[in-house]
Amino acid sequence: MRQGKHTVGHQFPLLITVILSLLAAPVSSDELLIRITKGADSAIPISVVPFTESGQMPAGEKISTIVRNDLQMSGEFDPLAPEEMLSLPSKGSEVYFRDWRLLGQRYVLVGQVSSSGDTLQARYELYDVSQEKRLAGATASAPKSAARSLAHHISDRVYKAITGVQGAFSTKLAYVTLERSGNKSVYRLQVSDVDGKRARVRLESDEPILSPAWSPDAKKLAYVSFETGKPAVYVHELASGQRQRVADFQGLNSAPAWSDDGRSLLMTLSKDGNAEIYRMNLANGDLKRLTNHWSIDTEPTYDHTGKGFFFTSDRSGGPQIYHKSSDNAEPRRITFGSRYNARPRPDATGDFVYYVHQRDRSFHIARTDLESGEETVLTRTESDESPSVSPNGRMLIYATKQGEDSVLTVIAADGGAAYSLPASSGDVREPAWSPIVR
Amino acid sequence: MKLTAAQKALALAFTLGLMAGCSSTGDTMGEEDGMTTSGGETSGQESGSTVYGGEDGSGISSSEMTEEQRREAEERAMEAQEQAMREITTFYFDFDTAEIKPEARDVLVAHARFLQANPGQDVRIEGHADERGTKEYNLALGERRANAVQRFLVVNGAARGQTETVSYGEEKPAVMGSSESAWSQNRRVELVFE
Repeated sequence: MRQGKHTVGHQFPLLITVILSLLAAPVSSDELLIRITKGADSAIPISVVPFTESGQMPAGEKISTIVRNDLQMSGEFDPLAPEEMLSLPSKGSEVYFRDWRLLGQRYVLVGQVSSSGDTLQARYELYDVSQEKRLAGATASAPKSAARSLAHHISDRVYKAITGVQGAFSTKLAYVTLERSGNKSVYRLQVSDVDGKRARVRLESDEPILSPAWSPDAKKLAYVSFETGKPAVYVHELASGQRQRVADFQGLNSAPAWSDDGRSLLMTLSKDGNAEIYRMNLANGDLKRLTNHWSIDTEPTYDHTGKGFFFTSDRSGGPQIYHKSSDNAEPRRITFGSRYNARPRPDATGDFVYYVHQRDRSFHIARTDLESGEETVLTRTESDESPSVSPNGRMLIYATKQGEDSVLTVIAADGGAAYSLPASSGDVREPAWSPIVR
Repeated sequence: MKLTAAQKALALAFTLGLMAGCSSTGDTMGEEDGMTTSGGETSGQESGSTVYGGEDGSGISSSEMTEEQRREAEERAMEAQEQAMREITTFYFDFDTAEIKPEARDVLVAHARFLQANPGQDVRIEGHADERGTKEYNLALGERRANAVQRFLVVNGAARGQTETVSYGEEKPAVMGSSESAWSQNRRVELVFE
C-alpha cells in the first residue's frame, strides 16, 4: 500500500472546482492519477470525520480518507475538509448537531477502526444533521490487505442511505493503456478500483487490445486482441488468468458484449462477407446471425430486458444507433440528431442510451431518452469515445484527449460533475465499468 | 509524396520514347491518358518512327528494329512503368468512405497485373481509419476499405487466394497527431507483399 499525499484546493464562487491529486510515491506505471475537475453545483455537504484508530493500521490511506474521496469523486457530495471541522467525534453520543449545522453540513459520518491480528474492523454511523437522526450504523470487517475494499464498502452504504441508490464504489474498471516509444507500442489491459487505485495488468501485448467487456458476475472479461496479427475475441477469467480464444474467423472478430446469464456473447464477425452481428453460445461455440445487411453492423450491446440489443449501423449512410427488440424484430433507428452516432451503451433501467455523437467537427458523448426520444449532449470535450455507464446509472466514464494523450473522464450521467483518470504516462482508453456483484 | 516520384518515373519512361505506339496495342494501358498528360513530355511519340534508346539519348533508327524487338521494348517499357507505379503501396480515402480514388486506380491495376503474372506472390491488404469516431466502427470501416481494394485487385486479374485482408481500424496510425493532415494520411489501405 502506498502513502497518499493530498492537496485539496477550493475555488469559489462560480464553479466549485476541486483539484485533488493522489500522487502516490513512487508512481507505478499502471497507477492512474485522479483529478476531479469539476464538482456538481448541487453537491450535498457531508462531513466524514476522521475515524479514530486503534491497533496496528495497514500502511496507505486511512479508511475515512478513502470514503471521503469516494463521495467527492461521485460529484454528488461536497465533503468538508477535516481541518475545518469544529470537533472530531467518533461515535453518535459525541455528535453536537448545532456545530455541524453552523458549518452548513447535511450529513455527518463518524466511526472507529480497530485491528486485531490480520483483521480490520470498522464501526460507523451516519447522521442527518437537520433531523438529528441516525440514518445508518454498522460494523464491517475485512482482512488488513483489503482495507480499500472495506472503505469502498462503507462508501456504498453511506451513498445508499442518503440517495436510495446502490453505490458503485466497490466496482471495478477495466481499461487499456498504450505506451508508444518509437515504432514500438505496448498495450496493457488493466483492472483497477473505480478510483484508479489497485491497478493490475491482466494482459500485455505489442498488438492492439480493444473493447474489454465485463461478464455479469464481474469474474471474466471478453475483449479483442490482435496478438496473432489479426483481431480475435478472447474470454479471460480474471482469478485464474486462464483465457480462451472464442472467435477467430476470417475477417473481423470484434465488439464482444455479454448476455445477462453470461452464457453467450454478441459479437461482430465478417466471416460471411461484411460486418454483421452474431450471438455465440459460449458452451458449444454455436453462432446465430442477428443482422443481415450490406452495411456495417457492429458495436452490439444488450438492452435492459436482456432480449433486445442496440447496435451501430451505417445502413442510412453514416453510422447511427439502432435497436432490435428481439432476434427477429425489424431494427428501429434511435438517433437522428447528427450524421455520426455510434457505440451505444444503455443504462440498467432502460431509460437512456449513451453513445458517441458528432456535432460540427467534434465528437462528444450524448444520450437519448428512450421514451421521449430527446437527445442531450453531455460532454464539452472534443474527441470523446467509449462511454460506459456505472451499474447504478449515476455516472459515466469515457475516453477523451488531453493534449496528445488519451485520458479517462468520469462525469455524472446527467452531465454534471467530472473527474479524469489520466495514465501516469501514455494513453489510457477503452474503459468498461464492471457490474455490481452482490 | 511517393506519387510524384512515380509520376517522374513515368514521365521518364515517356521521355525515352519507349511507349511509342503503345496505344495501338489496345490493351488497358491505352486508358492511362491521365498518366501520360501528367508526364507532360510526350513529344516525339506521334511519329512512331523514332525510338530513343539508352540513357545517353543516342538515337537509333526504327527501321533497324524488328517487330519482335519493338514488342520487347514495349513490354520493357510497360514493365518499367508498372514497376514505377508499384512503388506506390498506400491508398488514401475520404472520411467514412471506402471509395477508391480515381488516382489510385491505375496503380492498383498495375499491382493486380503483377499478381496475375506472379501467382506465387501473396499480398496482405491492411485497412486503416483515422482516429475520429469509435474504435469498433473504425475497425469495420478499415475492413470495408481493405475489401474494396481486394475486390478491385481481383477484378483486375489477381487471384483471390493471393490476397488476405486485415483491418487495424484506428490502431496503427501512419502519422501521429490530431490534424486534418494527419487524419488524411491515416485513412488508408496499405499493400504488404510478403
